[in-house]
Amino acid sequence: MNTAVEQSLDQHDKDIINALQGGFPICERPYLAAAKELNLTEDELIKRIESLLGNGALSRFGPLINAERMGGGLTLAALAVDEENFDRVAELVNAHEEIAHNYEREHGYNMWFVIATETPEQVAQTIKKIELETGLVVLNVPKLEEFFIGLRFDL
Amino acid sequence: MVNAASKLHNDDMIANEDEMALLEALCGGLPLAPRPYKILGARLGMGENDVLQSLESLIARGIIRRFGVVVQHRRLGYTANAMVVWDIADELVNDIGKRMGKFDFVTLCYQRPRRLPDWPYNLFCMVHGAQRETVLAQVRELADDLGISDVPNEILFSSRQFKQRGARYGNGHK
Repeated sequence: MNTAVEQSLDQHDKDIINALQGGFPICERPYLAAAKELNLTEDELIKRIESLLGNGALSRFGPLINAERMGGGLTLAALAVDEENFDRVAELVNAHEEIAHNYEREHGYNMWFVIATETPEQVAQTIKKIELETGLVVLNVPKLEEFFIGLRFDL
Repeated sequence: MVNAASKLHNDDMIANEDEMALLEALCGGLPLAPRPYKILGARLGMGENDVLQSLESLIARGIIRRFGVVVQHRRLGYTANAMVVWDIADELVNDIGKRMGKFDFVTLCYQRPRRLPDWPYNLFCMVHGAQRETVLAQVRELADDLGISDVPNEILFSSRQFKQRGARYGNGHK
């Protein structure tokens, strides 16, 4: 099941994605250092990353932050929404800038979203606002213990 | 139980003001030019070397988990995205969670609170794949190997993604 974006990638692009989901060099000429490992020139690597960002293969290029260490708040939350109201509720929820991502899932709790706020207190405030706006009760399940975070994708 | 790093209420574990400013400057992405850290430094009134040292420190302290490209996995063929939730006995959840996180197809594994009576599940893991059948077979393998086949669980596949952005950070920094 190849997607259009996936089909547009050549082996160099795949090598870049596989090699650079972490460990990007911290030095004066990082693209040059990374390009050597990938048998590319510095300029080619920069252009390819630019185009991978442009075609939507990549969402970002930079740091993946441990949000709790920034002094902010973070939680996973869910709503059980009637099918006929789903799109309207999704709009209400997504309108909050604190919503980092939001997925529809196949379950009674069918809307799952991550709330990321600048201060821990703002998590509860955001939940309260969403409950008032939607008339629904938010399931709030913050992380208690992290056993593994290795979210990376090989091509 | 919390993990070892968050147990240390050490200042080192939290980013300071200058580091926050650097991380915010990076939110929009690393500049796509031969000397990206120099450019970043110029925006912040920092030298290139200071930027390099700050970033190395942030990585060493685990404030930056990873530095590089972040993929749009759905666009790259990872369209079968399952959140698998389990109701594991409290005295076993730490051990099972650690072992679950070691499977190479498990991308995330967290303990979260039950919310009874609506939500009995306390262990969450994510399995991403190209095909639903493959993901379902992997979840069965996981359950068999960990001896939790008889434990209540549910598999929540995602059907649509509405929003994805990098988190913004900081104590009121904008």
